[in-house]
Order: sequence, then C-alpha cells, then structure tokens
Amino acid sequence: MYIFAFMRLRPWQRVAFLAGIVLGSLALTTALHARPRERARWSPRERALLRSLSIEGQEPLPLDPSNRFADDSGAAHLGHLLFFDARFSRTGTVSCASCHVADKNFQDGLRVGRGVGEGTRRTMPIAGTARSAWYFWDGRADSQWEQALGPLENPVEHGGDRTQYAQTMLREYRAEYESIFGPLPSLAGLPAHASPVADSASAAAWARLPVAHREDISRVYANIGKAIAAYERRIDFAPSRFDRFVASELERAPRSSASHFTSNEEAGLRLFIGKAGCVNCHNGPSFTDNHFHNTGISHDSETSRDSGRSAGIVKALAGEFNCTSRYSDARPGDCAELRFAVANGPELIRAYKPPSLRNVVGRAPYMHAGQLTTLDDVLRHYSDAPVAAFGQSELKPLHLSTEERRQIIAFLGTLSGPLTAPAGFLAAPLRN
Amino acid sequence: MRPFFRFTPRHRAIVARTSAAVVLIGVIAGCTAFAQAPNNLDYSRTRLSEAGIYRGTIRPAGDSIPQGRMQSWMFHLESASGAPVDSATVTIDGGMPQHGHGLPTKPQVTRALGNGDHLVEGIKFNMGGWWVVKFHVSAAAGNDSLVFNISL
Repeated sequence: MYIFAFMRLRPWQRVAFLAGIVLGSLALTTALHARPRERARWSPRERALLRSLSIEGQEPLPLDPSNRFADDSGAAHLGHLLFFDARFSRTGTVSCASCHVADKNFQDGLRVGRGVGEGTRRTMPIAGTARSAWYFWDGRADSQWEQALGPLENPVEHGGDRTQYAQTMLREYRAEYESIFGPLPSLAGLPAHASPVADSASAAAWARLPVAHREDISRVYANIGKAIAAYERRIDFAPSRFDRFVASELERAPRSSASHFTSNEEAGLRLFIGKAGCVNCHNGPSFTDNHFHNTGISHDSETSRDSGRSAGIVKALAGEFNCTSRYSDARPGDCAELRFAVANGPELIRAYKPPSLRNVVGRAPYMHAGQLTTLDDVLRHYSDAPVAAFGQSELKPLHLSTEERRQIIAFLGTLSGPLTAPAGFLAAPLRN
Repeated sequence: MRPFFRFTPRHRAIVARTSAAVVLIGVIAGCTAFAQAPNNLDYSRTRLSEAGIYRGTIRPAGDSIPQGRMQSWMFHLESASGAPVDSATVTIDGGMPQHGHGLPTKPQVTRALGNGDHLVEGIKFNMGGWWVVKFHVSAAAGNDSLVFNISL
C-alpha cells in the first residue's frame, strides 16, 4: 500500500521523497558513526588542539638575551617597586600601575589609557607577555624592557623624561640599583629635564649635553626598563577551569565538578577550534599567536589615522633600545625576530597583535582603541567580517547565530583564572 | 481491508517540505564546514623544482615543525641529476593559501655550507594548518622554484 501511495505522488514529489530518504539515511549513518566518537569525545585533531591550548604543557619562559637581568630576583624586586612608583612621571601622580591596575588583571577597563593625558590605545594586560616577541598593539618594541620605557617618556602617559628618572633613581633607589647594575654615574650638574624624545625644551637640553652624559643617562634609563621587565616577566597565568577540563578530557577521565563544562561551554569550545576558526590567531596556551592581523576594526573613534603594524615595525627596527641597540645585552645573532621581520607590505596595514584571551571576559572594552564594548559585539564583528577601511581584513563571514555567539562567550568564561607570581608581586609593594 | 494509513495531499506536502529542509540543511552544513587542507597534498621534504631543473630537500631541526617559534632549517640544493649546487641565490616566501596571507617572517638563506647545503634562518609559523614555503633559486643552470607543503 506504501508503493501505491508513492505511485500517487507527482514526479517531483517522488524525487523529493527519495532524496529525503537518501539524505535521512546518510544523516542516520553519520549519527551512528558519531556514537563511538561521542564516547571518545574528541577527534585526534581536536585532542592535539586541546593539548596545544592547555597551560599544563606550556614551555618554560623563553630567555630574553637582550636583558641579562631578566631572571635576576633583585632586579625583579626593584622592578616591582618602580612599577608602582608614581615619582616616575612628570606630575608625580602616574605609575605603571595607574593603567596596569593590579587587581584588574593589570589593565584599566577604559577605552583608551589615561595617564597625565588621554592616550590613543587600549591598555594591554601584562600576564604572560614575556612569551611574546613583540610589544604594544603594533609591536613597536621587541622586548619587555623596551616596552616599559615607551610610556615613561610618552607625553600623555607618564610624561617625564630619562634625565628626571635617572636622578630619581639616584635619590630613591641608589643601593638597590647599584647592587644589581653597578655604580650609578655621577649626575651632578645635569638639567632637571632632558631627553631626545620629550618636549622641545627637554630636547634642547638633551642636545646640549655631552655625548658621554647622554649615554650614561640612557643606560640608567635602559636599566629602569630591564628592572621593570624582570618584575613583569614573573606575572603569568595560572591554570583555569579550561586547563582542568582539557587535562581530564585528554585522560578520558570521568567528568568531575572541578573540570566540568556546561553543554554551552563545550559547544563554544567546539566552535572556537572548529567552525568559528578563532584558534587560527588565538592559539597556544596564551591564546594568541603574538603576530599582527587586520580584522577590519573601525577607525571612527580614532583621533588620528592609526596604521598599526606598518608604523610599528618601522619604529621597532629604528628603536633606540631594541635588541641590536648598544643598551641591549644580546649578541647580534640573538635578534632573529628583528632581523627577519616583515618590514613592509599590505598585510601590515592596520594589523594589530591579538592579546591573550585568558581572563578576557573581565576586561571589556575590546580592540586596540576599545572600539567594541562587549564580547557579543566582538563576536558579531567577527561573524559579520566587515570590509576594512584601510588595508585588507583577514576575516571571512562566519554566520554565527545568537546561540553560537553565546556559546563561544560561555567558553571564553572558562579561561578566567588567577595569575601566578612570586609572593607579593600581584599587589603594590609595602615600601611605597 | 481498510488501509491504516492513507497518503493524503497533506502528507505529500509534509514529505515535500521535510525533504526540502533536509536538502537545505545538507547544503548549509557543506558551505560552513571549517576549511581543511586538500587531501592530495604532497608533504615530502624532498621536491623537484617546478621546471625540473633542481631537487631540494628541507631539513627542519626536528621531526615535527614547531608552531610560534623562530627556527632555522637546512636546505639542500642539487641539480636534477644530483650534483650539489652551492653558488645559488635563493629567496624564500610562502604563506597559507586558504587564509590568503604570507609568512609571518622573512626567512633568508644566510650561509652556504658547502656540498649543496644552505642555512635558512628566520622561519616561523604562527598558526596551525597548511602552509607553503617556496624557494626561488637562481643559479648557473637557470631560475626555478621549489614549493614545499607544510602541515602544522
């Protein structure tokens, strides 16, 4: 009788009916084959990806050959004091910790940083950055210590200058400095302010200084950066719920409350390493490839045209304190990142470094100038993949549904976890 | 005997709609699948150049090529008949064909070590997936390129 019913269908309906049966069978077969995989939970490729993202398998901190004090505990202790010391600013009110707020994962939650004036870029978090080859959104510094020196002389951040800071070191930290870096040079008779990069009066004062004095001051200044870097280097991510989940999944252990993911979190993880392709750029235990990408982020809120990595690499190559500079401790062969950097080309235009996604849910707003307010805005942006105003966006439309965006955000929440650092390093030092 | 099921026009419509939906779901799933590298790629570490003038071998430091870390490779270059080529100008580029971007660094042959061996420095891969690395060789026998597929 089913045959009779089938015969009464019109030809196109018969084709549709048969196609339905064939596709239905295929779907059923796939589902049946997926059953054993469901028990195995993850494919070999997915298991490899999960392992690559886990902090448990993370390599030890890479050495910084440009800073021979990077792993000196005395330098780290001094760096801790300097990081929180507002005397290292023009106004005496701004320290590194003013924007890199210790109890906010070392960022400030503002659209753009605010020091003695308003900056143009979002404050970047610090944890885990010793693993990066490039610093700032545009990678204009090639070491943690060169990065630390940038804001100190930036007119809208700390706003001071190296001569002022060298004299502050002499006055406030002479014993600590000399126990690490050796004798401080004589700074008698120097002007209060002088720097090659500060305002015109300071630049004029700098030009009048004998070359030997300039080098002495710049070396003290470089050592300030090296001490701050030795401190920052020790701030890293501790395992989050995600890492416990991966450990238990890779062991095929029964799911426990400590490692449990909700179905939405797991679906978000599958999207992250699958359809949404987030893992392309947000890879490794820090969830960043530490490279530079144009994602078509709007420049509407930017006061001047920001060209990202195009300008950043030019500054890095010319950097007064870069890996090949006289203030670096590296041998020329150690500076491979600088030596083999892509220095020009369309891919660098408005390309920015992806920050780590660990603790990302707690640090809105997002993007290099805080353009996007919520993570849902970010995921909408990635899903829509708008055309870039300058350069070429690397994104392709993802067509994520509302639920898929919610699932990815749920997954990102599992990357929230504590930071790890030597005792006392995650708060202001007692001395200041 | 009265059939317990009669195929009415309403049933026909249900069948037609369901079939159409199944077909549509199949099409959507196919379009949004995460891009995988083509199946037929040759990942050999020894390749003949495009025009067949040279044979080249890449020797990364270990069995697996690390992601996100600066590395140096050995590149061995010989003629198609197996004679080592030392006096060659070699430039390197490449990228991820499915992503449309190039290499994150600018690797260079920094030294000819003799016997056709060349030291390549400055290689880095910042993402997992399918990469190509191209060696453009200019030597007495002519200009030619060797293209290596890399899977990370």
